[in-house]
Amino acid sequence: MADELVLLDFWPSMFGMRVRIALAEKGIEYEYKEEDLRNKSPLLLEMNPIHKKIPVLIHNGKPVCESLIIVQYIDEVWRDRSPLLPTDPYQRAHARFWADYVDKKVYEVSRKIWTTKGEEKEAGKKEFFEIFKTLEGELGDKPYFGGETFGFVDLSLIPFYSWFHAIETFGEFNIEAECPKIVAWAKRCLQIETVAKTLPDQKKVYEFVGQMRKRFGLE
Amino acid sequence: MADEVVLLDFWPSMFGMRVRIALAEKGIKYEYKDEDLRNKSPLLLEMNPIHKKIPVLIHNGKPVCESLIIVQYIDEVWKDRCPLLPIDPYQRAHSRFWADFVDKKVIEVLMKISTTKGEEKEAGKMEFFEIFKILEGELGDKPYFGGGTFGFVDLSLIPYYSWFYAIETIGELNIEAECPKIVAWAKKCLQKETVAKTLPDQKKVYEYVEQMRKKFGND
Repeated sequence: MADELVLLDFWPSMFGMRVRIALAEKGIEYEYKEEDLRNKSPLLLEMNPIHKKIPVLIHNGKPVCESLIIVQYIDEVWRDRSPLLPTDPYQRAHARFWADYVDKKVYEVSRKIWTTKGEEKEAGKKEFFEIFKTLEGELGDKPYFGGETFGFVDLSLIPFYSWFHAIETFGEFNIEAECPKIVAWAKRCLQIETVAKTLPDQKKVYEFVGQMRKRFGLE
Repeated sequence: MADEVVLLDFWPSMFGMRVRIALAEKGIKYEYKDEDLRNKSPLLLEMNPIHKKIPVLIHNGKPVCESLIIVQYIDEVWKDRCPLLPIDPYQRAHSRFWADFVDKKVIEVLMKISTTKGEEKEAGKMEFFEIFKILEGELGDKPYFGGGTFGFVDLSLIPYYSWFYAIETIGELNIEAECPKIVAWAKKCLQKETVAKTLPDQKKVYEYVEQMRKKFGND
């Protein structure tokens, strides 16, 4: 029996993008359903009653929630191709640690920059660079966080690149000037077809963020 | 060559307790080092330079950080005995989801109850019961969150039970009255030797919390 896969998602979501990249890397066919987060579908509320958030992967009717948990699930079910996590337990723990670091730090600080003003925004920008310099330290001279090949940590971070233009413009700063290694890494990832096809256009994200700022009374 | 396992920890830490239970379940011998969190050791700062937090498991000189990542690492390295996570990918994703729920929700609400007063504290108490009622819903009629046996979710949550006396006293609430199923589940877990030997005495935890509250001027 063929697998039935549905992804409940929202096009600018970095978390959703992680799952889309993972599915593409594994060559898995699925039905994409765009959610209106101001008017969540009964299906979303039924499939993720606890957090009521996207992304949700529904595999043969059974939901899996939380992007990094979904990606690990995909890696374990479709383990015959394109491994996303390393095989060695220590390398796996290392990859999980850095994906967790991205989860704990990057979203919050990005949000701080485009939703605040004045001193709070300046503090956000400083924090942003500290976090990305830490990530540059972890990347080192490797082509990818995963080493020679695109892996779990790369996948967890690269979606934020589609938000860089928005963050730079609203934050009034230049990410490439401060973190050239990260931008070089991101451009390298964008040469991978699955990533290039998944990440939305940075201008489109910028317009979306602009609309959100208007709604929050920031414009 | 025999494994060298060192655990950097702090005796009242729920996060450290998770790792201690996992090591005990697997029957792994290790050296326990209690950290003074106001005066962190050079070893801790070297082994966890990013977060500078406990627990840190040092296996043959290599550090693993973040309690749930450490537990999964232990499960994968010592995979020949006492599995902590299920084998089936969907069940694994389900376990990870609920352990993540515990991580996202419980510590924050505990902090709120212990460190605030008046309306904020009352709101914290209400939230506490909401969270634990959700957990009771997930537990259902199963003896453990893992089903017939103690598993990943049980391990991630049971350490908080050692803090219940402190929360009840400081928060002026009766957990057993509102969440009898959770308390019954906890007492069942305490019948396991590994859990009983790991969890500190509830009164001892209460004294520690009271000292911290005095220090921060919360009482």
